[in-house]
Amino acid sequence: MAMTEESPEILELESGEIAPTTGVFARPTHASGWRAWFFTVDHKKIGIMYGVVAMFWFFWGGIEALLIRLQLFTPDGSVLTADQYNQIFTMHGTTMVFLVIMPLAAAFANYMVPLQIGARDVAFPRMNALGLWLFIFGGIFLNLSWFLGGGPDGGWFAYAPNTGMTYSPGNGMDFYALGLQIVGIASLVGSINLIVTIVNMRAPGMTMLRMPVFTWMILVVQFLLLFALPVITVALVLLSFDRTFDANFFNVAMGADPLLWQHLFWIFGHPEVYILILPSFGIVSETLPVFSRKPLFGYSVIVISGAAIGFMGWGVWAHHMFVSGLGPVGVAAFSATTMFIAVPTGVKILNWIATMWGGNIKFTVPMMFSVSLVSMFTIGGLSGVMHAVAPADTQQTDTYFIVAHFHYVLFGGALMGLFAGMYYWWPKAFGYKLNEALGKWHFWLVLIGFNMTFGPMHILGLQGMARRHSNYGPEDGFDFWNAVVSIGAFVILMGMIIFAINIVRTWLGYKAGTVPQEGADPWDGRTLEWAIPSPAPEHNFDYVPVVTDLDDFWHKKYQTDETGKLRKVADGNDIAQKGDQHPHLPSASYWPIVLAAGLPLIALGLIYNLWLSGIGLLLMLGSMYGWSLEPATDPDAGHDGHGEHQDPDTTEPDGSDNDTAEEAPVG
Amino acid sequence: MNTATVSEDETHQEHSDHGLSDVGYIKVALILAILTGVEVATYFVDFGVVEIPSLLILMVVKFQIVVSYFMHLKFDSKVFSYLFVTGLILAVVVFAAMGTSLAFWQDPAGCDASAFC
Amino acid sequence: MADTAETQTSELAYGRTDWDDHHHLPTNTGLTNEKVTMWAFLGSDCLLFGALISTYLLCRNRVGPATKGPTAADLFDIPFTSVSSFVLLMSSLTMVLAVTSIQRAEMERCKLWLLTTAALGSIFIAGQVYEFTGFYREGLGFTTNISSSAFFTLTGFHGVHVSLGIVMLVTMWVLVTRGNLGPERAETIEIIGLYWHFVDIVWIVIFAVVYLIP
Repeated sequence: MAMTEESPEILELESGEIAPTTGVFARPTHASGWRAWFFTVDHKKIGIMYGVVAMFWFFWGGIEALLIRLQLFTPDGSVLTADQYNQIFTMHGTTMVFLVIMPLAAAFANYMVPLQIGARDVAFPRMNALGLWLFIFGGIFLNLSWFLGGGPDGGWFAYAPNTGMTYSPGNGMDFYALGLQIVGIASLVGSINLIVTIVNMRAPGMTMLRMPVFTWMILVVQFLLLFALPVITVALVLLSFDRTFDANFFNVAMGADPLLWQHLFWIFGHPEVYILILPSFGIVSETLPVFSRKPLFGYSVIVISGAAIGFMGWGVWAHHMFVSGLGPVGVAAFSATTMFIAVPTGVKILNWIATMWGGNIKFTVPMMFSVSLVSMFTIGGLSGVMHAVAPADTQQTDTYFIVAHFHYVLFGGALMGLFAGMYYWWPKAFGYKLNEALGKWHFWLVLIGFNMTFGPMHILGLQGMARRHSNYGPEDGFDFWNAVVSIGAFVILMGMIIFAINIVRTWLGYKAGTVPQEGADPWDGRTLEWAIPSPAPEHNFDYVPVVTDLDDFWHKKYQTDETGKLRKVADGNDIAQKGDQHPHLPSASYWPIVLAAGLPLIALGLIYNLWLSGIGLLLMLGSMYGWSLEPATDPDAGHDGHGEHQDPDTTEPDGSDNDTAEEAPVG
Repeated sequence: MNTATVSEDETHQEHSDHGLSDVGYIKVALILAILTGVEVATYFVDFGVVEIPSLLILMVVKFQIVVSYFMHLKFDSKVFSYLFVTGLILAVVVFAAMGTSLAFWQDPAGCDASAFC
Repeated sequence: MADTAETQTSELAYGRTDWDDHHHLPTNTGLTNEKVTMWAFLGSDCLLFGALISTYLLCRNRVGPATKGPTAADLFDIPFTSVSSFVLLMSSLTMVLAVTSIQRAEMERCKLWLLTTAALGSIFIAGQVYEFTGFYREGLGFTTNISSSAFFTLTGFHGVHVSLGIVMLVTMWVLVTRGNLGPERAETIEIIGLYWHFVDIVWIVIFAVVYLIP
């Protein structure tokens, strides 16, 4: 199971010595078919599955958004009842945040981080699979509520006591609280895994400050997840205890303070905002230099400001609560910190502009999405600074101005960056590029539709239209801009349909041979993932690269000659690895998916019948034993201990001791 | 979070010092026992104004001793310290801010003529 | 690393070097993945208990029109809890002794200390169950008032952590007894020890902040 960097000869020697398996259970060995996906521990397959499932929820959350816009198309809309409207906007927000943007970022992180740092897999491949299946089951569980008495209806931030039994008597909020708990555990498992991977498993010579910016931003995000998730775990536990076991945390009659939920939720919720946006910042920090054909302007500044955003993101949560009766001291303090956090974000924007400045820009589709992130996020960032001014925020709270603001940062920022990443890394994951012409249609329709949808919301908000109301009257004067907004939403839909057509057409074309197979390095890239064939082979690297520079792969292609001019000395496709080695890889496993299946059972039991929870608990305990008794296919790697192989004293003194972790993949 | 700088230095010291001997650990436990005794004494004897501060100080000292010696943090790699202390400091600062804002900052007495109460 | 001329002309793929990878290499930090994982998890758990403890502190004295029953603090039996706190504190010592003995390959001693630690942990849990039932008999159930909900949630979460630790310790005892876990994997015991000590320091905080400070 070791992540061996061993040459094939060595491998044969070792495989000859494989002792009979000592474990109780066999490990799955399917190389194709659904079982190859369901039981895989390969970080690339897991990344693709994260992406596919997230795109399914994106479709689902998009339908919910369109229902909202149909309802608000005209005054006195009658598409949905007020109750249905509450459920739809709650689930639209919850779905897009927890089931779309977070897992899409996880998809890229899982696929690209090991490739970018020159590792064969993540530190704990089975835990990686566990995180994926927990996310999938958590998402299904959350949406089961639609069929079991109606969805959650308290808004995505679920303010208690509004979400207590008194005001939300259905089961919807139970599904919300328990479903997010499951998805949260998935993220926690994934975050620890990626932190350990990045801290411990970088290729030799890849110091922290030679890591690609995307990997850096993912590292910051995983730390945010690591420390923020326990807080929402506690908040959701309190809510569940109130709803299920009649506890009194949010029972105002008993003297509860409703602000407790708001504090706990936003202590998680504000770092969450950066959890959503920083992966996209990382993606455009990769694409902008590649398509501007210039190195990233101020690498270390971008990295440090990313980390600074991560830290400062912990000190601003109460700006979501300016009108909640926080008191003047709190309002003033959080106003000030909120204004300060705009600084590192602004620094990044300036760095990206300086990267493009004077560059030889190629307007490919990923570049266009990246540029639109920089511009659209800036608009959203500016309206965000406006909210830091507490008197202005008092006016804007709970109006469409807020809705406009966070869609500019989450759609115009996070999602645009994720689309840039999809077009950019598609050839690395699948071996062919998406169609550029269709991609440009996709881009322009989405950009125009996006601005039509969310631009007028600023106006509506300042006119006083409140969010989360299922209706407005004809006398309110909101009808014109609402009609524009709704039409814009359908323009976005057209763009997304073209994206779907693009995916299907290029895939069919690739199978038919009309879409060309791409080489290792189709964009003339800078980072290590382009130094291996496309699609990435199962073992990633034939030989672990030794890194000597930031953007090491690019420095192998371009060097300055005697006159100081930059010259291309090699083509990326020629010097890339061939992918023809067959090193030893971690074996697939049945247990992650079985273990993950236990949690939704426990959660269902908490709502309906505790016996079901018992079954879920037994399933989890049983699969934990299965997990630990599973045979390691490599006799060298014990199932959880391999510290014994490591002798830190062998570390070389010349600073090149940043070696890869070899034998990491134990779950 | 930046482990780049520590990774080189720390690897060499690591494992070179395993902490205390068994007798040393027993001594540490004795100290902890005595401190706990002092803590419990505050329940029986009235310490007046110094009671709460001294209890908090004793708590921090006990915490520190267990983390440094029993958990080896004093002798182990700085990476572990960074991971743990980051979480610890975040927890203390964030929840102190939350607690004080719920307990004191809302006090209407301190809220004259402000638009936000 | 191959220089440019070589890269252009030779068959060598990018990244192929004389790097000696015939033996296992240390990780970047020289630390095992498992131990980094445990410390990261403990850092994360700080936030969990931070949220629970501050929730208790905010809830312990709150009253509303419907408040009834005593608060949890009214019923504390400090001498009793002091004893069980002391037991948990001493279990940290036996845990350390289990780790040092397996590092010296003294397996019998390690087994003894593992079992002692698990036993001390069980005494603590038994004490907690006794305390809870006592509260319940005096009319303070989980749903009685806001301070009881917060108290039982906080100490219950801690109790679940201790119980998980006991399960892990017993599992380790079984593995060592059956010879499946030898001195070469002393770090596994050490990592479980880290978890155990963490549970202990959480109780140090709870004991001082929840029980002793009036």
